[in-house]
Amino acid sequence: MDKQELLKTLAFNVVQGRVEAEDEGFDEGLEDQPAVTELVEQAIEQGIDPKEIVLEALTKSMEEVGEKFERAEYLIPDMLASAECVGVAMDILSPHLMKAGVKSKGTFVIATVAGDLHDIGKNIVAIMLKGAGYQIIDLGTDVSADRIIGAVKENEAPFIGLSALLTTTMRVMAEVVRKLEQEGLRDQVKVLIGGAPTSAAFAQEIGADAYCKDAFDAIDILKTTAV
Amino acid sequence: MIDTYREGVLVKPYERLSQEQVRLLDKASLSILADPGIWCYNERAAKLFQAHGAKVWEDEKSISPCWRVTFPAGLIREAVAKAPARLVLGARKPENRLLLDAEVPRVYFGSGSEANIWLETEMEEFISVKDSDVKVKVPRFKELRGNSALLSRAAKLCDRLEHLDFFIRPLNIQDPEITSENHDVNKFFASLNNITKHVQAGLTTLKKLNDVVRMAEIIAGGIKPLRENPVVSFIACVFKSPLQIVDDTAEKVFAIVESGLPLVISSSPQGGSSAPIQEAGMVAQINAEILVGITLTQLIREGSPVLYGSVPVRARLDDLHDLYGCPEFNQYNIDCVQLARYYQVPCYSTAGVGDAKVPGMQALFEKLFTHHYMAMSGAQYIHYAFGLLDRTNTFCPVQAVLDNEQIGKIKHCLREPKVNQAEIDDMLKIVKKVMASSHRLYARFARKAMHRGDVSNPYRFETKDLEDKVIENALDYMEKLEAEPAQHLDQATQDQIFKEIPGILPSLKEV
Repeated sequence: MDKQELLKTLAFNVVQGRVEAEDEGFDEGLEDQPAVTELVEQAIEQGIDPKEIVLEALTKSMEEVGEKFERAEYLIPDMLASAECVGVAMDILSPHLMKAGVKSKGTFVIATVAGDLHDIGKNIVAIMLKGAGYQIIDLGTDVSADRIIGAVKENEAPFIGLSALLTTTMRVMAEVVRKLEQEGLRDQVKVLIGGAPTSAAFAQEIGADAYCKDAFDAIDILKTTAV
Repeated sequence: MIDTYREGVLVKPYERLSQEQVRLLDKASLSILADPGIWCYNERAAKLFQAHGAKVWEDEKSISPCWRVTFPAGLIREAVAKAPARLVLGARKPENRLLLDAEVPRVYFGSGSEANIWLETEMEEFISVKDSDVKVKVPRFKELRGNSALLSRAAKLCDRLEHLDFFIRPLNIQDPEITSENHDVNKFFASLNNITKHVQAGLTTLKKLNDVVRMAEIIAGGIKPLRENPVVSFIACVFKSPLQIVDDTAEKVFAIVESGLPLVISSSPQGGSSAPIQEAGMVAQINAEILVGITLTQLIREGSPVLYGSVPVRARLDDLHDLYGCPEFNQYNIDCVQLARYYQVPCYSTAGVGDAKVPGMQALFEKLFTHHYMAMSGAQYIHYAFGLLDRTNTFCPVQAVLDNEQIGKIKHCLREPKVNQAEIDDMLKIVKKVMASSHRLYARFARKAMHRGDVSNPYRFETKDLEDKVIENALDYMEKLEAEPAQHLDQATQDQIFKEIPGILPSLKEV
């Protein structure tokens, strides 16, 4: 496969949401053909510039997926499948991109707050943001404010995403904001919150920077958010 | 028989009666037919029964000519056994044909009745008396007298409703130019020219049967093609409950059976007035009536295609009107479905009727209650299911759109379970994959099933805010459906029908 054909096939497989060869994808008859993992590895072996892989295959294909979503041809599982593909591709490409001096869009520390074990929404946001080019530090569920602050410091992360499903745990988000202030980090970090019981009013009340109603909202907000 | 037909939904039938109870009801029906038997107001039918071993004598007390008929069980059993277990109801488009098989609980839903009223719906904005900034939209209803243009509109809309499998004209046409002489040809033409699905109706007058059959032959492409693809079929309520065969309907049965086209033998006694209100009595009686009707068809012409048409209803005990959306309705009807299955005759059954006069919560309750239950019964052919309000007196197009959504969900709900070794193997593979991934999320593996239609969509007319906009959303959706071009008969076919069949209103011709 020449470079153009390889990048085109890679983009196609992102749209198909095929992480690896055994994945069936969206259309029929794709099983056992090389998918994103195999194609990215092949691209690197062929010496294709990792920046070009990101721009010509991954970014373009995600734009196409986004357009399909806008037209309601694709639903959230389609978007997630493609985002997961880009995430896997970025994992493979990261060391090569670093070598080439290319940085991610920023480090995003994400967690479901202490006392809460619900992580579907948080995981969807993590996958989508990774697919959008952010470096994700996912701390999992039931995460204390102290651990979140620790991760921010350790990774010099400019973004935090906090998730909660329970009305009893959403208050922990306020504690995280308070601790950031106490540590003198508040101005260096943007705090995004989300989850069923939260709202824009609650974000304002606890001093968070934004409320995201879903993963797409989070991506849109991040595009216009400068630290 | 045929390879292409509508999918309907294949269900695992819910059976209310044990086999012993089915046999008891069968015996009870035959007992009714042996004593007291039936009152037959049609001489030809009485003589035919007599010729095949029924005991027949003239009822001298009756004002109109009437024959009392009692049946030996063997006569009924032998005749009913000759009715075909499988039949095809044709359609203009081959993919819209229906395959009815008494042994296969494949459920189809369609419209029904012949309502006089068309209920038009519009949203109107109202301002709060407390706060003039607060405005709400409320549905407002207008009753129109049914006419041929509205029946055409109903047929066109029903062609677009993906869960409507067949079309029984839901509206009576009452244009000033319509007479009993041209009623049949106009109602069939208005239907057939606007829908590509199966069309069924009762005959207003026997005189026009030949014209209707000829119209169907022109559409199907000839006499033989019509027999293979009967684009029309008929309904005959030959019994006036309790247990009386109606003279002119019996004549229609003779003529329709002789035409070779499929016929529904329908009976609709009312529990509490024209039949016992108790389940055992109601079902034994309606079953007796239908068995005699089917027997008549098979004595006229052995093997003629016939449906077991059961429409048992209950009386309201406050005014003796029909009461459809109630538990007894379901009980009576599901028993009939089981009896039809016992006799191996495809079942024409009933669901989706209620007392509600406008779309809304009451209509939803009454309709859902019977739509779902009767689909579970495995009746092959469920009529009355779309758009009816005020019992069977009103057809409301937006209600038909709402019913379509409801029936779609019911069909989805009752689909066969997809549990087999290949599926289990796939699922086990997915579980392993997901548990090995960082986020343990199954969403990616939902997409294939989602796009294949294995996963249902949310309610089409939902509102996400603190308000109920179901009717408004359904009206918007209906507007889109109605804006799509209708699939009329081609010009040459229309021209030939107008040339050969007298009495069709010129306004029904579509260019």
